[in-house]
Amino acid sequence: MSEPLIGGVGASGGLGSGVPTSEVPVSDLSAAPAVNAEADQVGEPAIVASAAAGRGPLAMEAVGLNKVFKLGRGTVLQAVRDVSFGLYQGAVVALVGESGSGKSTVAKLLAGQERPTSGQVTLDGKPISVHGSRAFRQYKSQVQYVFQDPFSSLNPVHTVGYHLIRPVKLHSNPPGGRPPVPPGGQSDERQGYRTGPRARSADERVMALLEQVRLTPAEQFVVKYPHELSGGQRQRVSFARALAAQPTVLLADEPVSMLDVSIRLEMLNLLDDLRTRLSLALLYITHDIASARYFADEVLVMYGGQIVERGPAEDVTQRPAHPYTQLLIASAPDPDNLGSSLKAGNVVIGPGGAIAGKAGNVGPAPVGCPFSNRCPLADDKCRRENPALQLLTPARAAACWHLDVAASPQASGSL
Amino acid sequence: MAPILEISDLSVAYRSVGGDVHAVEHVSLTLNAGEVVGLCGESGSGKSTLAYGATRLLRPPALITSGSVRYRGRRITQGGDPADILAMSHRELAHMRWREVAIVFQSAMNALNPVLRVQDQILDAVTAHLKLPRDEAKEKAATLLDLVGIPRNRLRSYPHELSGGMRQRVMIAMALAADPEVVIMDEPTTALDVVVQRDILAQIVELKETLGFSILFITHDLSLLLELADRIAVMYAGRLLETGTASAIMREPAHPYTRGLLHSFPSLHGPRRELVGIPGSPPDLRDALPGCPFIPRCGYAIDACSAVDMSLAQVAGGAGTGDGEGTGGRERGARVGHLTACPIVTPQVSQEGVLS
Repeated sequence: MSEPLIGGVGASGGLGSGVPTSEVPVSDLSAAPAVNAEADQVGEPAIVASAAAGRGPLAMEAVGLNKVFKLGRGTVLQAVRDVSFGLYQGAVVALVGESGSGKSTVAKLLAGQERPTSGQVTLDGKPISVHGSRAFRQYKSQVQYVFQDPFSSLNPVHTVGYHLIRPVKLHSNPPGGRPPVPPGGQSDERQGYRTGPRARSADERVMALLEQVRLTPAEQFVVKYPHELSGGQRQRVSFARALAAQPTVLLADEPVSMLDVSIRLEMLNLLDDLRTRLSLALLYITHDIASARYFADEVLVMYGGQIVERGPAEDVTQRPAHPYTQLLIASAPDPDNLGSSLKAGNVVIGPGGAIAGKAGNVGPAPVGCPFSNRCPLADDKCRRENPALQLLTPARAAACWHLDVAASPQASGSL
Repeated sequence: MAPILEISDLSVAYRSVGGDVHAVEHVSLTLNAGEVVGLCGESGSGKSTLAYGATRLLRPPALITSGSVRYRGRRITQGGDPADILAMSHRELAHMRWREVAIVFQSAMNALNPVLRVQDQILDAVTAHLKLPRDEAKEKAATLLDLVGIPRNRLRSYPHELSGGMRQRVMIAMALAADPEVVIMDEPTTALDVVVQRDILAQIVELKETLGFSILFITHDLSLLLELADRIAVMYAGRLLETGTASAIMREPAHPYTRGLLHSFPSLHGPRRELVGIPGSPPDLRDALPGCPFIPRCGYAIDACSAVDMSLAQVAGGAGTGDGEGTGGRERGARVGHLTACPIVTPQVSQEGVLS
């Protein structure tokens, strides 16, 4: 490798399209109430040229998102800390992390279901406002959400057709009778959505949606109830419902984790096909980093509410730099490794011969690097100061004080 | 040595207005002492019904229509004849459950009672099956939590105060309360994320080694079983399609369905390989399914497939070349052959399916 492994902190801008030139100063973050100042990241965040940017123009961007939940009795939970990334049309960005790492909160912030404590979300360059019902409905028509559980996200007393015709009607006739403003001045006859929203009747739109998610023959499925469908078919209905609003951005929160392994692949292929045909900007939230490798352009690894590593999917999964990413990858079932590592106990041998894993009941560390209480490389600095993302290559960054050790080829090779 | 649990020719049907649903059809499966057998199949393939049928946990409209289940636990048989679980009286069943065969149920979120403290739930199991005095039972509950690595002060927690992984560990601790010889685990890690899942699997393996029970591990995730199980049985539409050692299934999958499963999960290690998946969906189990139930989704199906009786036969390639290389699993598999129900598997076909 001739490239320097560690780039300068906060290397100069102009690396990629759509990257903001102004960074969120660290001092802005302290505006958040009752946030432990010591936990703020040290160092300027690096500007990463997203690996997903090559696919298409920037559709949605999160800049310096923070979310603090007040738990009562003076305790707060910082669910999301200084998260910035972009979603690009026709590209898949995967958000990977364990339960409680803040993945879903990020998606809810993007969907406008939660308001960020600080930071902002822009859609087509305009900051979103979640006040005002009309603007919000307009926003909702462009940003749609697919839920994890197809068993509870569909109403058991309504037919498939009912689930689909409501969003079709709701989003094709905005209040006041005005036609929806196309995003970024584009024609609303965007490629892939076969017609404009009002060019066909709502019923025809529903049929077209069912065909789009390959629930065919559509006439049979439109009258069915959720209990008559398999898990995979239900999730297809969820996709169709999200597409009914003709969104530009699709936020898929663990869309396949409730499904059988044999069906997951079909679902991911369908999503892949949809984002290409409809040039959707797709956020794919998962705890299965292996599927992110096959499906995503860029992978963001979250731990303890912050992005600890990001970069092109193949790079991150094959040469993980952050110790947490290394643990995630070592934890995935590995059929080629019959039995050995499980039977040797759940340990991940770190570069220094140290042992990570045995998560036990340890949550993210409140002070310093969130992974410091599980990390084999952690030292006093890690427990004191929270590292910001540092560039490894223009498209890759990781937040770790020991990247020189953790990201060395032997370290990732040993896993 | 005779297997500790021997299911032979078990069939289970659910009676319904539209006709019987044949959830399990003539399945034979054995579990040897100290072994981990993985039972793998998609939802609705009958894997849970098989396990619950074999332990007499099913209620009408489920009906066991044929078969026998022989159990050879040390305490129950004392070296004598095996006990037939299907012929047991109610009292015998109550004695057998938990003491001999314990179950870790799917979805620990629902299996624990939300209004009882963890301690009370463990005590319930311990006092019902071990007849211990209260203070000894309390001590037992604490040691059980130690066993699965949960701090003792969690005894007084309610289930909602525990994380998903901890709840699952509590379930495992409860199953181990009466020192059973067979533990059936029904998708114990399905709702958990990978790091926690691995922690728990490693814990299960460790406990198995120290306490010496046998495991029947039910899951839809074949990739997990390849790593965990000694032997794997692949189930589809109520029938077993293939059984073999984990390495035989991994390296020389015989049945086209098994090959489809192996090609449908993304690999994290090694080069990217093409994912094919299995198009189509499983058949309706109400219909009579002559021959192989996989025919409509099978790319290799021939006319003979619709006439095959789904009994398992030795895989031609695996048995014939048992001494040669490429059958790495056979050294410990002398007593467990690689069996499949597929009539068309020839060495050539199975070579095609070998993963690169």
